[in-house]
Amino acid sequence: MSTATTTPAPVMPAKHFLNDNYGIRSWLLTKDHKRIAILYLFSISFFFLLGGTFAALIRLHLLTPNGELFEADTYNKLFTMHGVNMVFFFLIPSVPAVLGNFLVPIMVGTKDLAFPKINLLSWYLYMAGGTFSMIAMVTGGVDSGWTFYAPLSSGYLKTHVIMLAVGVIIAGFSSIFTGLNFIVTVHRMRAPGMTWGRLPLFVWSNYAASLIMILGTPVIAITLILLALERGFHIGIFDPKLGGDPVLFQHMFWFYSHPAVYIMILPGMGVISEIVPCFSRKRIFGYSFVAFSSIAIAVFGFVVWAHHMFVAGISVYSALVFSLLSYAVAIPSAVKVFNWTATMYKGAIEMTTPMLYAMAFIGLFTIGGLTGLFLAALGLDIHIHDTYFVIAHFHYVMVGGMVTAYLGGLHFWWPKMTGRMYPEAPAKLAAIITFIGFNLTFFPQFILGYMGMPRRYWAYPPEFQVLNVLSSAGASILSVGFILPLIYFIWSLKYGEIAGDNPWKATGLEWETTSPPPTHNFHEIPVVTKEPYAYGEEEEVPVVH
Amino acid sequence: MNLNFPIFPDQASTMAWHVDALYLFLVLITTFFSLLIAALILFFAIKYRKRPGHEATQIHGSTLLEIVWTVIPLGISMVIFVWGAVIYYHMQRPPANALEIYGVGKQWMWKFQHPGGQREINTLHVPTGRPVKVTLISQDVIHSFFVPEFRVKTDVLPNRYVFTWFQATVPGTYHLFCSQYCGTKHSGMVGQVIVMNPEDYAQWLASGKAEGSLASLGEKAFQQYGCTTCHRPDSGARGPNLEGLYGRPVRLVDNRVVLADDNYIRESILEPNAKVVSGFQSIMPTFRGVVSEDEIMAITEYIKHLSPQASNPLNNRSTPTEIRDSEVPNIQEQNKQQNQQQPQQTPQGTRPANPSGKKP
Amino acid sequence: MSTSQTTTGEHHPALAHQFDSMEQQQDASTFGMWVFLLTEIMMFGGLFTAYLIYRIKYYPAFVAGSTSISVSWGFANTLVLIGSSFTMAMAVWAAQTGRRRGQVWFLIGTMILGSAFLGVKAKEYYDKWDECHIPGHIIGKGFNTWGGCSAENPKLGNIADEIREKTPSEPETSAVQTAKQTEIFFSFYFAMTGLHAFHMIIGLGLLTWLLLRANRGEFTGQYFTPMELGGLYWHFVDIVWIFLFPLLYLISRHKGGA
Repeated sequence: MSTATTTPAPVMPAKHFLNDNYGIRSWLLTKDHKRIAILYLFSISFFFLLGGTFAALIRLHLLTPNGELFEADTYNKLFTMHGVNMVFFFLIPSVPAVLGNFLVPIMVGTKDLAFPKINLLSWYLYMAGGTFSMIAMVTGGVDSGWTFYAPLSSGYLKTHVIMLAVGVIIAGFSSIFTGLNFIVTVHRMRAPGMTWGRLPLFVWSNYAASLIMILGTPVIAITLILLALERGFHIGIFDPKLGGDPVLFQHMFWFYSHPAVYIMILPGMGVISEIVPCFSRKRIFGYSFVAFSSIAIAVFGFVVWAHHMFVAGISVYSALVFSLLSYAVAIPSAVKVFNWTATMYKGAIEMTTPMLYAMAFIGLFTIGGLTGLFLAALGLDIHIHDTYFVIAHFHYVMVGGMVTAYLGGLHFWWPKMTGRMYPEAPAKLAAIITFIGFNLTFFPQFILGYMGMPRRYWAYPPEFQVLNVLSSAGASILSVGFILPLIYFIWSLKYGEIAGDNPWKATGLEWETTSPPPTHNFHEIPVVTKEPYAYGEEEEVPVVH
Repeated sequence: MNLNFPIFPDQASTMAWHVDALYLFLVLITTFFSLLIAALILFFAIKYRKRPGHEATQIHGSTLLEIVWTVIPLGISMVIFVWGAVIYYHMQRPPANALEIYGVGKQWMWKFQHPGGQREINTLHVPTGRPVKVTLISQDVIHSFFVPEFRVKTDVLPNRYVFTWFQATVPGTYHLFCSQYCGTKHSGMVGQVIVMNPEDYAQWLASGKAEGSLASLGEKAFQQYGCTTCHRPDSGARGPNLEGLYGRPVRLVDNRVVLADDNYIRESILEPNAKVVSGFQSIMPTFRGVVSEDEIMAITEYIKHLSPQASNPLNNRSTPTEIRDSEVPNIQEQNKQQNQQQPQQTPQGTRPANPSGKKP
Repeated sequence: MSTSQTTTGEHHPALAHQFDSMEQQQDASTFGMWVFLLTEIMMFGGLFTAYLIYRIKYYPAFVAGSTSISVSWGFANTLVLIGSSFTMAMAVWAAQTGRRRGQVWFLIGTMILGSAFLGVKAKEYYDKWDECHIPGHIIGKGFNTWGGCSAENPKLGNIADEIREKTPSEPETSAVQTAKQTEIFFSFYFAMTGLHAFHMIIGLGLLTWLLLRANRGEFTGQYFTPMELGGLYWHFVDIVWIFLFPLLYLISRHKGGA
């Protein structure tokens, strides 16, 4: 925003979706996808802070090796609730339900999602699922681990496993309806001229994630229903004592939960594919390769689930097949990283906050992805399976990748959503603090894992203490990095600079409408005539009003 | 807090070196690509920074480059796949001459039984220089047997035997962890693996209070539960003769052929009608809830020790003579390979402590 | 506000603001329903897969379980559901051709058949209760101890008796063991038919809603999307039963009877 041109100072539009209507009813009964996105933003932030608090307590506890802060049971409940909150109530809905909900209809050039009522229903389902998990938590907590492995969860634990499982099932339907809405909207509601080859990559990646949501989520629903039946009625499905097979539970669980990690990361990759071209002032390198790699990830993602089970007693041959296929899913991710890097080549790079987050994403996701190769290598996985190496790996992908992308996207589209800019200096500071804190938290865990420290340990041998202390120190820095945006985002709602329609001079239909957009997104449905990411041609772009 | 902390685990088995080699290779690959990407990003961000007079050059893409950066990672990952698979294959093939130890996991402790009948809780004594196969089962939930210094791990399932094997190289005391979350005291389900020189180990075995060898304990149980009433080596027996049974293919009433291994024997004790031997009726009652996991292990060990007696070939209705070679090519092939190749397949350690260590 | 390029003339009152035309609305809604049914297929698919895995694992027990449920009631229910699919198809046709009375009567017919199905299902469930075939107590302590069923109760032996009758060569212990494994069969029987019945109940709710709207004459040749979607859903639930019936009642019946 250091452009010295003397354009007139931007003004807020007189009427937009935020001031179209007032009162609590206008929010709780809204069918506007943008308002639903804001509802999601609040609820997701709540669960993120809750999950983050649990994480902070876990790291605090692990400062000392002998488990001095919490009882073992309490500790087990903490990591279970951290996992469930973060996976089912933050990571899976984060980008799709907040940014996707807000942007997908605008990006494809339509007035709303195909089924606005179902969209609202999905938020209510999310809240209902969240309520169940909160009830399970305040009435004593659950210590099953977020993976609910049978027969421990179905036959041995004394806590409210069923209550939590019901919460997860309900939240799953929320995710199914979001995915269904995206798929129908992308197929049937695109603006004139918005061909598949002109879709923004953010839409492509949300579309790919939606495919997984509608095909994978029902399987976790039925799995958890069976688990709840076994626990509630002592019928034998997974517990060998009753004639069941515990490995079947793992197959069914990971059939969803492995693709689910792509529900989490794919939309994040979409965010990066928007930010990098914008601040490089350059077309995305290899548009179709980036687009199709999203679909490839979604498809391959469904056939690699048993790589979570190499030590679980599956046959040698299935282990070989699943190891091989796991490498197949790594390639499209690598292709994306190379394409983002190549997009920066010969660009005109502006180091704004979203770009800082995007660069952090590329670096951290590269490490997260490459350490996945360790875990897919059969002989090596035997040693590092269920150790802190796995924890470090998926936090590099989930926090270093997804949370970074989410924050980057939130900064990038904040002016579009609120009409105001966030303050640039504290935002850059937060991005740097997050990056440092993150690496200090999770890098030592790779070493701990290879040393052999198992995950979910309430107490650990003293020789692991130094690395654990480093990790805990990192976590305290990381939490500062996460709390700062909360403060300046709220501050910016009142005091932020007026952003104007297109503060970044970015391409894409969302920048051609006002900030914030009107209730029906466009005053006139746009007609698309340009290729996506047509940077370098901005001067010719007419401002549509 | 000890600031002189380790960042790499000790290598105490022949397998450790193999796993570490792949690990270090992958660390190298990861470091290279992470630094490459990071360096490119930072370099581009500085060199092509936005400044007056500098415009971005529009490039659409390059199919050639896309192919290059698809094929190279694919090639590298195939190398990793094959390398990892070879190590895994070794881990899944215990040498035939391995010392066999049985272990039971339960909330929240480990119990081990040695062939000589010695029992231990949360401690496992093993000798150096000899492969050790640990056959494991859980009494309740899923546990996982993990010895980081050996680089071995296996989930321990209820109702089914799993195994892992290692050959210890360096005497010492090592961690034994349960690495699969198993409830409240998951982190308390830890123990020690004590590796000893063969001489010390022999001494330890001798000093142990054993009530008799594991096989003899099994024999006692075998008689106590009245198994001998039916499982007799004579023609009038109502149950199949168990002599020489272990490790052989068995034909069932429904004409399937299965291998008589630990899991088969255990299932036949607990669910006798699941796999009935051809020529017999399912008249055996179940022993579920009657016989303990420890006793089943002892009985299995006893059955292993029942060698076929050439002078008494009666009632050998379950032995391979009944099965034509063409019908069971897989099982017999497997057996043959197992018996022939294993001694050579054993990966040799490189630690100087291993007297017979040869570089593979 | 809702100016849109392709709008021609007056709006149909049922046209939602986010769509440009009735065609787009119907197209998108039908497509959405198919996507939803795909989700349903995956949900039932997970359950079917688990059922088939255990069927292979405990084959004799599952055959015995299959034989113990009433194929004639199952067959009757199949006919009822096929009939209801026919009346549902007719209701959609009546909507497309704008016949208000036809819609109402065919919907009522569908609801009667649907309720008949649930009635038969309830009767079958009651029979299972009566025979002590409700799964749910720890194997080894008797099949279950609810409703006066216990290990000492002669009712328990029901399936074991059947097994004894059909295979007299099988000894006592084996028959009881197999009978206990059928508990897993019944777990799946109740889970699968229960999930299906749950979908039927939701379907009846949808039909009631459609009936009210049809009665008000809302569906015409221009606008019948809800009716079509309701029809798609109802046919899907029927098709699930078409798979459930052979899987639970029919396959290997000849073996069990042999």
